[in-house]
Amino acid sequence: MTAVPVPSAASPDAAPVLEIAHLSKSFGGAKALDDVSLSIRAGEVHGLLGQNGSGKSTLIKILAGFHEPEPGAVLKVGGMDVALPLQPGDFQRLGISFVHQHLGLVPSMTVLENLLVGENATAGNWRIKWGAQAEAAQALFKRFGMDLDPLAPVEKLSSVERAQLAIVRAWRQLQENRQSLTHILILDEPTPFLPAADVQKLFALVRSLVHAGASVIFVSHDIDEVMDITDRVSVLRDGRLAGTLATREARKSDIIRLIVGRAVDLEKMRAPVRPLGPLRAVLEDVSGPNVSGFNLELRAGEIVGITGLIGSGYDEVVHLAFGSVQAIRGRLALDGRQTDLTRQQPDKAIGHGVVLVPGDRQNDGIVATLSVAANATLPVLTRSHRGWLVSERAMSAVASRLAEAFDVRPRDPMRLVGELSGGNQQKVVLAKWFQVEPGLILLDEPTQGVDIGAREQVFQTIRRMSDKGACVICASSDHEQLAAICDRVIIMARGREVASLAGAEISKASISELCYTNAIDADRKRP
Amino acid sequence: MTAASQGEIDRKARQSWIDRGERYGLLIAWLVVIALFGAARPDTFLSWANFSTIFGSQAVLVVVTLGLIIPLTAGDYDLSIASMLTMSSMLIAVLNVNHGWPIGLALLAALAAGLAVGVANASIILYFRIHSLIVTLGMGTFIHGITLWFSNSQTISGIDFRLVSAVIVTRLFGIPLAFYYAIAAALVIWYVFSFTAAGQRLLFVGRSRQVARLSGIRVDRVRFTALVTSSLLGAFAGILYAGTTGAADPSSGLTYLLPAFAAAFLGATCINPGRFNAIGSVIAVYFLVTGITGLSILGISTYVQDLFYGGALIVAVALSQLVRGREERLS
Repeated sequence: MTAVPVPSAASPDAAPVLEIAHLSKSFGGAKALDDVSLSIRAGEVHGLLGQNGSGKSTLIKILAGFHEPEPGAVLKVGGMDVALPLQPGDFQRLGISFVHQHLGLVPSMTVLENLLVGENATAGNWRIKWGAQAEAAQALFKRFGMDLDPLAPVEKLSSVERAQLAIVRAWRQLQENRQSLTHILILDEPTPFLPAADVQKLFALVRSLVHAGASVIFVSHDIDEVMDITDRVSVLRDGRLAGTLATREARKSDIIRLIVGRAVDLEKMRAPVRPLGPLRAVLEDVSGPNVSGFNLELRAGEIVGITGLIGSGYDEVVHLAFGSVQAIRGRLALDGRQTDLTRQQPDKAIGHGVVLVPGDRQNDGIVATLSVAANATLPVLTRSHRGWLVSERAMSAVASRLAEAFDVRPRDPMRLVGELSGGNQQKVVLAKWFQVEPGLILLDEPTQGVDIGAREQVFQTIRRMSDKGACVICASSDHEQLAAICDRVIIMARGREVASLAGAEISKASISELCYTNAIDADRKRP
Repeated sequence: MTAASQGEIDRKARQSWIDRGERYGLLIAWLVVIALFGAARPDTFLSWANFSTIFGSQAVLVVVTLGLIIPLTAGDYDLSIASMLTMSSMLIAVLNVNHGWPIGLALLAALAAGLAVGVANASIILYFRIHSLIVTLGMGTFIHGITLWFSNSQTISGIDFRLVSAVIVTRLFGIPLAFYYAIAAALVIWYVFSFTAAGQRLLFVGRSRQVARLSGIRVDRVRFTALVTSSLLGAFAGILYAGTTGAADPSSGLTYLLPAFAAAFLGATCINPGRFNAIGSVIAVYFLVTGITGLSILGISTYVQDLFYGGALIVAVALSQLVRGREERLS
């Protein structure tokens, strides 16, 4: 690797590569951005944090040329004044590249084709030399420590490899653009679908890109990730810059205070040890593609977390219990009623009072182009209509009641779900399933892509259901979340339970530690 | 070497054989079909005359299929292409025979009609954001109506012999020139799909409009070009059709639509599995036609044509779905 000398990122006198001043933007009277000023130093990773609606996306979209800022704003790239507003695509000329949460890859096409799509989009290239391009791509991957086959279809890559590919592609586009000397990468929430270990791989890539001369803006919900990867962090709140901190000197509580505007005591989010009811749900000898011989007994009102590293099978148990992944063996008993899991089907599970809140909200949880009412009333359609006719008024009434109970904002049952924020979408999903008063609630990453304010509300909703006596199984790689809501946490490795924590033993640190130590042990024990 | 890595190698070797089988499966199936009919009727079926007839007469179907795979790759259907073929051949006959236009001018008029219909299709689809399936379904019937109107629904024969000569009478290695025109079109499309930025744009637009747009591809322009090219190839197929028969009739061109779709989807299961491709389309056309010719030589009546084409379309789509499913399990 050719080392490019970069000014130390931590040094405050490093020249700013991107400067924004007095940036404002209103949508129909509401101020999305209010006189925001930011400066990104050359060679730094700059975190951008804020709740949903804080103005992060608006800021990013102004840079991408999708929104026009109000007059009076100043933008300097590489020390040069740039006229605003930007047009879509201008960012390329300025030496800025974006990686969005939806990475912009086509799964059925090859790594190489996806890598080159940007230049093929406009170039009049009548003779693509695939062989030479494949070699160049391989060299590029190797330089950044990635092992990707350029001719493999993207659908065969793991999530982290896809994210890496999207980031390297963005970097490559900056390199191709010789007019510009600035190399600014804007990573817009690239991590929410990645388990902790893979996030580290991604961060290693980001660090080596910085080493190669990039400056990075890292947009995220996850404070721990931001503290891990960034040199400085800027927080937006209600459209204003709440503050910029040097990450090394900042404490987590400082950042949280900037985000929510008040102090949040993380330890207080932890539920007190509660009295539990009688035994209510039993999973016995559950086995599936990645799980073998899993047993679990739940008392009424108990919330049990299941976690582990990627590939440990922790995320499969809930799907086996629900029938969304076919089990090889296993039985589920709820309120004494036995179900053979090899013949479990989602419709049967729902009929027996078992519901699953899926992790992939966009694909499995909601229909974004239908209204809140239509989405929320789907499971009770059979109840809200008489005979064959679905009454729109009845649907709307049910949805209004649910929106009230689950605090979905705005409270307009006819609004399309796709127009709501991530946190509110998740509340619709929870409302949709919890209204049927299930006996066993299965959760798969319930707060993925949900901002920190809505997160707490999601937790309260889950707790409220458990107070009514429902058993909850929550599969998650978010250890902080598990520590906040669970009565018991089970750690899995290689498809089996390897450790468990209960009551006061549960903390984010203890869960993470057990995940990693047991994964290593399980590796050693493997013949 | 551990057992696990040996297993991995075995798996990879097996996978590469599966891949190869898939790539050339249709070609092998074609050869098998030829061998079977050849064994049953060696004297009639295995004659060079039979094959040169197959190659020459089906050039029209090859061109229609090639016309279809361009918008199909970009995610659009062109159901009006067979009506375009009919309109083009009818236009040549009416202008050349009834109005005494020189043949060259009549051919230009046919291509201009193709251009106009393509632009109309694309403009309506893109401006009003309607699914291409609906627009081209309507457009196909609409332009067929126009064809019936200006031809008085009559078959017109006696088209300038120079066209007939350039299409079907003149032979190279015993095969009519029509075949070589179709192959030339296939090679051009193969090259554009495989080695040009334009081909990549087409593919990305078809796979994900959103990704394409965010990557800087002008999605509408790509779809426009694809739909216009498809209509132009429809008009070109009409020229070959007029040249093959020396006449034009207002309805028989319509029967090309389903065989072309069958060939396009069947072609997408081979050579470059999972993608509509020119070489695969050519093989698929000749596979289907060989099967039908063989069966009719065996004395099986014409209904077999419908069974064969209809069945092939469904089998082809089912096959590609199977390939998808297997890939998902492997990953």
